[in-house]
Amino acid sequence: MKPFTRVTGILAPLDRENVDTDQIIPKQFLKRIERTGFGPFLFYDWRRDGDFILDKPAYRDAAVLVTGANFGCGSSREHAPWSLLDAGFRVVIAPSFGDIFKSNSFRCGLLPVELPDPAVRKLINLGLQEPGTKVSVDLVDQRLAATGFEAAFEIDAFFRECLVNGWDEVALTLRHEADIARYEARQASTLVARS
Amino acid sequence: MATKIWDDHVVAAREGEPHLLYVDLHLVHEVTSPQAFEGLRLNKRRVRRPELTIATMDHDVPTFGGRAAADEVAERQMSALEENCRQEGIRLYGMGNARQGIVHVIGPELGLTQPGMLIVCGDSHTSTHGAFGALAFGIGTSEVEHVLATQCLRQRRPKTMAVTVEGALPLGVTAKDVALGIIASIGVEGGRGYVLEYRGSTIRGLSMEGRMTICNMTIEGGARAGMIAPDETTFAYLKGREYAPASDRWDRSVDRWRAFASDRDAIFDREIRIDAGRLEPYVTWGTNPGQSVPVSGSVPAPSTETDERALTYMALQPGTAIEAIAIDRVFIGSCTNARLEDLRVAASVVRGHRVHPKVRAMVVPGSASVKRQAEAEGLDALFRQAGFEWRDAGCSMCLGMNPDILGPGERCASTSNRNFEGRQGRGGRTHLVSPPMAAAAAIAGHLVDVREFN
Ligand code: SF4
Repeated sequence: MKPFTRVTGILAPLDRENVDTDQIIPKQFLKRIERTGFGPFLFYDWRRDGDFILDKPAYRDAAVLVTGANFGCGSSREHAPWSLLDAGFRVVIAPSFGDIFKSNSFRCGLLPVELPDPAVRKLINLGLQEPGTKVSVDLVDQRLAATGFEAAFEIDAFFRECLVNGWDEVALTLRHEADIARYEARQASTLVARS
Repeated sequence: MATKIWDDHVVAAREGEPHLLYVDLHLVHEVTSPQAFEGLRLNKRRVRRPELTIATMDHDVPTFGGRAAADEVAERQMSALEENCRQEGIRLYGMGNARQGIVHVIGPELGLTQPGMLIVCGDSHTSTHGAFGALAFGIGTSEVEHVLATQCLRQRRPKTMAVTVEGALPLGVTAKDVALGIIASIGVEGGRGYVLEYRGSTIRGLSMEGRMTICNMTIEGGARAGMIAPDETTFAYLKGREYAPASDRWDRSVDRWRAFASDRDAIFDREIRIDAGRLEPYVTWGTNPGQSVPVSGSVPAPSTETDERALTYMALQPGTAIEAIAIDRVFIGSCTNARLEDLRVAASVVRGHRVHPKVRAMVVPGSASVKRQAEAEGLDALFRQAGFEWRDAGCSMCLGMNPDILGPGERCASTSNRNFEGRQGRGGRTHLVSPPMAAAAAIAGHLVDVREFN
């Protein structure tokens, strides 16, 4: 995973709540067997309807998405954060996230930032009123800034470390080989079919 | 109970870090696994415990016409899974196998799902397995890769919520309605960060099928896992199943399983109570599973922008009686409601009737085994004669990754779990209901109160 420290990019507002992963990437695009190439299908159905906000030229190169509560609820598909990453997004800001989406994002290098409702509202308005405005997100200092806007954010310390250092979580766990072997010796999980 | 199972699976716990937990059963399917196997290969890693990993094909398998009917990309995913399982020595119940089916239907059916286990799968409805008193939750593809490589998973301890449902279920009210009622009361975000434990006399009185329906829908209330303490119903269900402990180990296993139940004085971070007597058959009117009303009610006036959007998408007017809503399609299927019991209840409504001429209705059994049993009971003939299509096992129109989809604007009464925009096909409109309600709607041609049907 690429280390994630600071990102400055165009802010794109998506003023909706409960955006589920079926919306982020509809199922007909889950058939790829690679992790990349999902960007063109991000929010596919909404885009096809035409006049979708993220298609406006001012937001086309956006790197930071700000949106409503419960973003990424629904299916566990990691294709959702993959498609956001592939479309150039590095950060998603929302009052809250679907649990699995949040965990998936951390694990593939997309930063989910939770801010209180009023702060998110301000950012959405900023994005709407000043298309093309930039925000910088500093994961090291856990701060976020845009014109006339500043906020600190909380983040899981472990995942922050992983992101900042670009660590591979599997490699980290494999360092616990002795613990795992000890557990296996003690709790021998077995599954035996009888036929 | 969640705490006991959690503690039983901690491999390493370092200050400030998420716990490293051991996984007893890892279920794999064709859609969320290819990139995980690819990741392993890139890093020259192997599957640590192939014998604790079981694979099936469900999400994009055709339910009509066999494998030859699969489109090119679905075929590519299926062959990728076959190849991955072959290389890593993982048991695969693929298309055509007698044990194939929706991953959350076959786990319990084969006796793979057992109390006290930690179970994961790259699918959000893994919560289903919690019905057996297991801690079971969905994970993403990176985590699938992590589990394949290490048999472990890193997680922060969730909070616990007790959901107590007391009283007898009124006639016509099913486990699906209990689930929809709970989501309506806690909201689609209400469970976030919690493991739910369902308890109370109503839950105790449910069959394993009903319990699975409730645990299955847990994720729709925002919680990753829902569970029910194992009891005699659980043990009776498991006994004799293919992977259940054999007779020489059975009694010991049951004793161990019993010990996982929550203690009488267990403390939960949050508790809610639901009076079963006040539940009714529910119908969703919107585009998330929290937007539901009793079938006797009407489409509510929107109170938020989200509601307004949902009404526009669903093309509904506030004040319209639910029973006045005409439907085009009926889907009886999915890991929520496609077990034998669900099909039996639906069949009992259908008996002696015909599907309304304007409705296309379809029954998709949850597994090949459910299909066989249903056929042995003659349910297939009953559905077919009434005008239903009788399909092969798979996820089918629950998510529409195979050819079973709604056309734009088509309205469907569905026994599945998600009514999101476009979930069952772009522009399709989904009303979530129980199996008897879906069956009744198929016959009436509109949503109808199953209690007054016949
Ligand atoms: S039936 Fe639907 S919810 Fe269940 S596993 Fe399949 S796609 Fe997911």
